[in-house]
Amino acid sequence: MSVAQQARERARPPLPRVPAVAVFAHYLVGYRRTWRAGVFSSFLLPVLTVLGFGVGVGAYIDQGVDGVRYLDWIVPGLIASTALQVAIGESTWPVFSNFQWIKTYFAQSAAPLRVGDILTGHLAFVLFRVLTTIAAFLLVTALFGALRSPWALATLPVVALLGLAVAAPTFAYASVVSSDSWLAMLFRFAVIPMTLFAGVFFPVESLPVALRWLAYLTPLWHGVDLCRAAALGVAAQWSVPGHLLYLAAWALGGWLLARRGFRRKLVV
Amino acid sequence: MTRAQPLIQARGLVKRFGDFTAVDGIDVEVRSGEAFGFLGPNGAGKSSTMRMVGCISPPSGGELRILGMDPVRDGPAIRARLGVCPQLDNLDPELTVRENLTTYARYFGIPRRTARARAAELLDFVQLSERADSKVEPLSGGMKRRLTIARALVNEPEIVLLDEPTTGLDPQARHLVWERLFRLKQQGVTLVLTTHYMDEAEQLCDRLVVMDGGRIVAEGSPRALIERHSTREVVELRFAAESQEAFAGKLDGLGERVEVLPDRILLYVADGDAAVAEVGALGLTPANVLVRRSSLEDVFLHLTGRTLVD
Repeated sequence: MSVAQQARERARPPLPRVPAVAVFAHYLVGYRRTWRAGVFSSFLLPVLTVLGFGVGVGAYIDQGVDGVRYLDWIVPGLIASTALQVAIGESTWPVFSNFQWIKTYFAQSAAPLRVGDILTGHLAFVLFRVLTTIAAFLLVTALFGALRSPWALATLPVVALLGLAVAAPTFAYASVVSSDSWLAMLFRFAVIPMTLFAGVFFPVESLPVALRWLAYLTPLWHGVDLCRAAALGVAAQWSVPGHLLYLAAWALGGWLLARRGFRRKLVV
Repeated sequence: MTRAQPLIQARGLVKRFGDFTAVDGIDVEVRSGEAFGFLGPNGAGKSSTMRMVGCISPPSGGELRILGMDPVRDGPAIRARLGVCPQLDNLDPELTVRENLTTYARYFGIPRRTARARAAELLDFVQLSERADSKVEPLSGGMKRRLTIARALVNEPEIVLLDEPTTGLDPQARHLVWERLFRLKQQGVTLVLTTHYMDEAEQLCDRLVVMDGGRIVAEGSPRALIERHSTREVVELRFAAESQEAFAGKLDGLGERVEVLPDRILLYVADGDAAVAEVGALGLTPANVLVRRSSLEDVFLHLTGRTLVD
């Protein structure tokens, strides 16, 4: 090794201890330019849904649901479904584009990052988006007096887990589809039906038995039930550890599938 | 690592995609401080080779050592010391010019302050300082290319891999890129590039290999390749008649090789002027005569053929 090489070798910094953090930081730098547009919708969306459904529809529902005011009942459901929307929105086109259009993942894979770092760093950013959006949502609903107790803060770790449970498999999906029209299909056939029938706007028990079981299989229902238990201080309809394990299984399974999908694209 | 050991060493290197063999057993050695080129038509296996050297594509066979390490096992450690300028720019269009460098620097564990200082130096080097805070989107192709090159240098790499560094650029932009790459070479950085531009290879490469169909068909310095695979000079004759073929027979035996193209006849000869005199002595009067030195392009076309490859 030449003297110049030795000098360079000494000057070379150690690789980042957690390389995924450097990947996460990249997305934060980009988000610094676009967050203003996003913050408007993350405040406006909850205000409109709370007004439209909670106050508007709620006025016709005199008896409430499960013994609570319809507005109070629907807010935790909206928290979970908003988390779902943000998590999947951030995991579809952004992931697809990083492979097909702006090719960020390929740039990252030329650096000393592993496929797992590239995936985890981006997922961390999706988690960040879910948490900040839901924090904003909680703030707005609190101003409306639709939060009954500080226990509502317990919805934050729940939406974090729900976010991962839906984002990780979506990363896997977005990494393998050949065209972005498949992403729109995901919204049409998964996100919208889930949002409508997984207990956000009315109890799953009102569905016919067969459909009820479909609803129970969706990660969203588990998130909704947990959020509702936390926000209303009532018992969950199903076992809490069961909910957590079910969501964790989606997150872990999704992560493994996503890593496989990413590896197939990036290491060829 | 001893001084004599090459930075990149491939023996019998193979890359297969299913049934298709993109790289078919090549031997390559790149030494410290040289500019090494992979030449070849599209589909020759240049980019597949570059991806294996860049440690993002595991070899299907043979041996590959980069900086004395194994690209499959030590990928991140090797990539920490490489700079990669891919064929298609993959800059982040949402970030500014400067941010593209500083965020990338963090992947290498470069502290923020150092990254900022280095970004400023590199933007100066590629003449983009004035655009430091502009977004990437509106930059011209040449500017984006220079920024990609700057990004490849952010970790002070020992080897810089450039996959077709000037494809699609206008002549001014190409010359600026060449000049910057030449400066890097002077600083002792090892350059490995692929190209299908012969002038680029002649400008930049100390040594190169010509690839065709996944194999290496020739190897050496540009000068040596011309001497070995072509004559010193080439005479280009154009006849006014519709077909050049009619004249070809009469030129047989003139020079080492006669090549008939639809629009002209090429005579590969040691002495161009003498050959032109002989053509005159045969009573032939071409409409147009050009005597020139053999170029790498003649070697390239001779070795890889004139058939269009897509």
